[in-house]
Amino acid sequence: MSSSDLTSERDLVPQATPKGDLAPERDGPRDTGLDDATLHRWLERTWRTKPGIIGALSSVDHKVVARRYLVTAFVFLCLGGLNAVAMRIQLSGPQRGLIGPDLYNQLFTMHGVTMMFLFAVPIVQATGIYLVPLMVGTRNIAFPRLNAFSYWIYVSGGIFAWASFALSMAPDVGWFAYVPLSGPEFGPGKRADVWAQMITYTEVSSLAVAVATIVTVFKQRAPGMSLDKIPLYVWAMLVTSFVVVFAMPAVMITSTFLILDRLVGTHIFNPAEGGDALLFQHLFWFFGHPEVYIIFLPATGMVSSIISAFARRPVFGHLGLVLSLIAVGFLSFGLWVHHMFATGLPKLGASFFTASSMLIAIPNGLQIFCWLATLSDGRPVIRTPLLFVFGFVFTFVIGGLTGVMVASVPLDLQVHDTYFVVAHFHYVLIGGSVFPLLGAAYFWLPKLTGRMMSERLGRWHFWMAFIGFNAAFFPMHLVGLWGMPRRVYTYPAELGWGNINLFITAGAAVFFLSFVLFTFNMLHGALRGAPAGNNPWDAGTLEWATTSPPPSYNFARIPVVTHAEPLWAEREALPVATGLRVDARELVISTVAEARPDIREKSATPSIWPLFAAIAVGATFLYSIFTPWAVVWGALPIAITLIGWFWPKGDPEDEE
Amino acid sequence: MFAAFGTTCVLLLQGCSGWQSALDPKGPAASELAWLIWFFTGLCALIWLLVMIALAAPLAMRSRTRSDPLVLDPGAEHRKARAVWAALGATTVILVGLTLLSFFANRTLAAIGSDAELTIRVTGHQWWWEVRYENAQPSRILTTANEIHIPSGEPVRIIVTSTDVIHSFWVPSLAGKLDLIPGHENVLDLMADKPGVYRGQCAEFCGQQHANMSTLIIAEPRPVFDAWLNDQLRSAAAPVSAEASAGAELFLNRACVMCHKIGGTVAGGTVAPDLTHIASRQTLAAGTLTMSRGNLAAWIADPQGIKPGAHMPVVDLNGDELNAIVAYLEGLK
Repeated sequence: MSSSDLTSERDLVPQATPKGDLAPERDGPRDTGLDDATLHRWLERTWRTKPGIIGALSSVDHKVVARRYLVTAFVFLCLGGLNAVAMRIQLSGPQRGLIGPDLYNQLFTMHGVTMMFLFAVPIVQATGIYLVPLMVGTRNIAFPRLNAFSYWIYVSGGIFAWASFALSMAPDVGWFAYVPLSGPEFGPGKRADVWAQMITYTEVSSLAVAVATIVTVFKQRAPGMSLDKIPLYVWAMLVTSFVVVFAMPAVMITSTFLILDRLVGTHIFNPAEGGDALLFQHLFWFFGHPEVYIIFLPATGMVSSIISAFARRPVFGHLGLVLSLIAVGFLSFGLWVHHMFATGLPKLGASFFTASSMLIAIPNGLQIFCWLATLSDGRPVIRTPLLFVFGFVFTFVIGGLTGVMVASVPLDLQVHDTYFVVAHFHYVLIGGSVFPLLGAAYFWLPKLTGRMMSERLGRWHFWMAFIGFNAAFFPMHLVGLWGMPRRVYTYPAELGWGNINLFITAGAAVFFLSFVLFTFNMLHGALRGAPAGNNPWDAGTLEWATTSPPPSYNFARIPVVTHAEPLWAEREALPVATGLRVDARELVISTVAEARPDIREKSATPSIWPLFAAIAVGATFLYSIFTPWAVVWGALPIAITLIGWFWPKGDPEDEE
Repeated sequence: MFAAFGTTCVLLLQGCSGWQSALDPKGPAASELAWLIWFFTGLCALIWLLVMIALAAPLAMRSRTRSDPLVLDPGAEHRKARAVWAALGATTVILVGLTLLSFFANRTLAAIGSDAELTIRVTGHQWWWEVRYENAQPSRILTTANEIHIPSGEPVRIIVTSTDVIHSFWVPSLAGKLDLIPGHENVLDLMADKPGVYRGQCAEFCGQQHANMSTLIIAEPRPVFDAWLNDQLRSAAAPVSAEASAGAELFLNRACVMCHKIGGTVAGGTVAPDLTHIASRQTLAAGTLTMSRGNLAAWIADPQGIKPGAHMPVVDLNGDELNAIVAYLEGLK
């Protein structure tokens, strides 16, 4: 079947040989020839999230799960932000006694852990869970129950970490938790164990999402969406998911080794018994550096989407951008040692990592150049999402260039572990990821809520965030060069850092207030905003083809893609493919490269078992900070819940 | 925005004169690095400015918004492609240049200590620095704490390690930082051009009192340094007053003696700073307090209030006993 055949409405004939199903294949009514109202009734009945509390807890709809993720991650952003405000008040002057070292160390650890593991990674993945299935034109994410499971694991990990903070037993060893400080000898109590297991929760969850995303992109694209027609955002999520799959196991090994050292007395990191403290750093940063790109790459996809919509043209250099995404994904694994230049590694080896760190600036530079080239074509429509993209370019380029500075071994020896580095990575992470995320919120929230956010408040929000951010973080470069190290709860007056720190705190307050305004604008928009319609920005990708908010089944008929910007190419009506059953959850599975429709495949039905499985797994992780036997006893409830999850019911819908 | 940058520029000018600033170098290593920092900063600022111009220029031009998103001008696309390739080429050239620059800077730094006469071993502890002056003659080995005297104008080799957690030795006005890692020995060469006092601070998070783990490098002309070293090699001064004698008695009979060493007495503890010549130092508790009678008394009476989490316990002393111990320690010049 060539893709040109698909522009007509026709049945999708399964081309693969019949599957060896456990249950007999039963056919049912198809969408072919149904009128719109009947089709909607059928699909809504098949795909909806069932009412009631059990129905809500059983939902496997990617949009429902993504909304929960987004709200939860936003709550964690606020909590992490409050950590930062508390730290800034303590640092606003020399020798302030507001917060003692014990609480301060918990604060900065919780700030880092929350922002990295409970906000940044989940929120970019959640955005992907919501948008990727819509953008590739399918009805649900792949492995929907695994996806639902991932959310429950994530939220239990977050509650675990914050409950420990409320009990004053939060980790106080930094988000990196270097041994020996976090080891059995110097990290008494359960604080470092909380760090280690919290990591495990969130990594299990993000691995699950990554797997679901990869399969969705590879196998569930709408007919005709060949590799060259995949939207840049989807490419970004695909590459990110691969980076997750290869990076996260490294940190899971790190945290597991740590908990083994602490709990069962292995000496993996103990130099006195033949272990090595530096091994921890290698393992941690082998994950830690790709982590930055896990947060940043999805943001580049958002930037491409926003720029394309408001510059009123496809992004310049589509192929170049895709290749640079892939290149960044690969190179991100070759830079980890630049976090360890001060550990006294052999000079020549360290210089190699200077070169590789410099190298990654080339594909990142290419992305910036392509966006600038896109924006230079005619006058872009300046709306709030694009303002945040301008803010992104302004700040991220500073972060990228200071990144080139810290990539240099000798230069890094002066700025490593100082406020210069704090400034650098906040420019990269807030400039490079939070600004695009805020732009994405203004851009895509109308799709989620069906209502527009206020443009006027949006502009106020942008300027407050932009000015507050730069006022808070730019001076940190300077105070770092003047010798102020990171992670200090106080500093002496005679070093002269008082005034600039007061200025930084004032900037941080403005930045914090901008989020208060943002929260108000989101709530106000969701409740009172003007109706958004299907495609408020006249953008070109498939998520804008359906209603806002989308129905439970996403698309009444699966669109057929003929162009990288389908909604621009097919102004009248999108061609569609038909032939899917309407009484069962059926998806079109397509070929990886050309997205030719291949088979009809069932998508899993709602189930409460992912929640029970997550509770069993979460309880095991929690218990395991107290005794290694948790792994043994925990295996039983986990096995029971997994059997419940995968129990064959003889119903063709559940056969996978 | 501009107000923010303006303010930071003013702050920048007043901040260059810090005694713990990478921008105020006082030795060859720090000078090389300061030069490197300014060069990178200048070049990066220029690149950033060019990107901002490229971003703002289309907004300033009175062009129209495009009507049909899919109609592209092939000539314009071709020009864009050339511009992007050119920018990419320039980026590559600049990055290769910067890589070579930092490689050669590294070589310059490595050459500084090749003929160092003096070797000092610095061992990190939570939260103080043990300083040992190495010598082939065992009787000439000196152990002290927190303050490092060096001869000015000559390179010094510093070997760093740790016995507990990871610390990092950093004196910004003299050299870049280097980690103190248990089970590893690292070598840092530095040199102070002129006599002076340079402050340093632990730069790797090491627990509760990471913020109060600083050190002073005191650079002196060679003869002054040699005199200092000979002075420090002597045993502790005997108490001169009755009160100080009582203090010495108390020191040797209370918990103090378990951890601290005072040369020439039976106090031989090695888990806390050597106090043989404590009164000759400028600060107390790794730079937390300046040395004075009042601060000595305060530190002994309430270590956990001044440095919460520090390993120095509260020793139960009445007022007279405290005064006696302070009088004794004050005499340990």
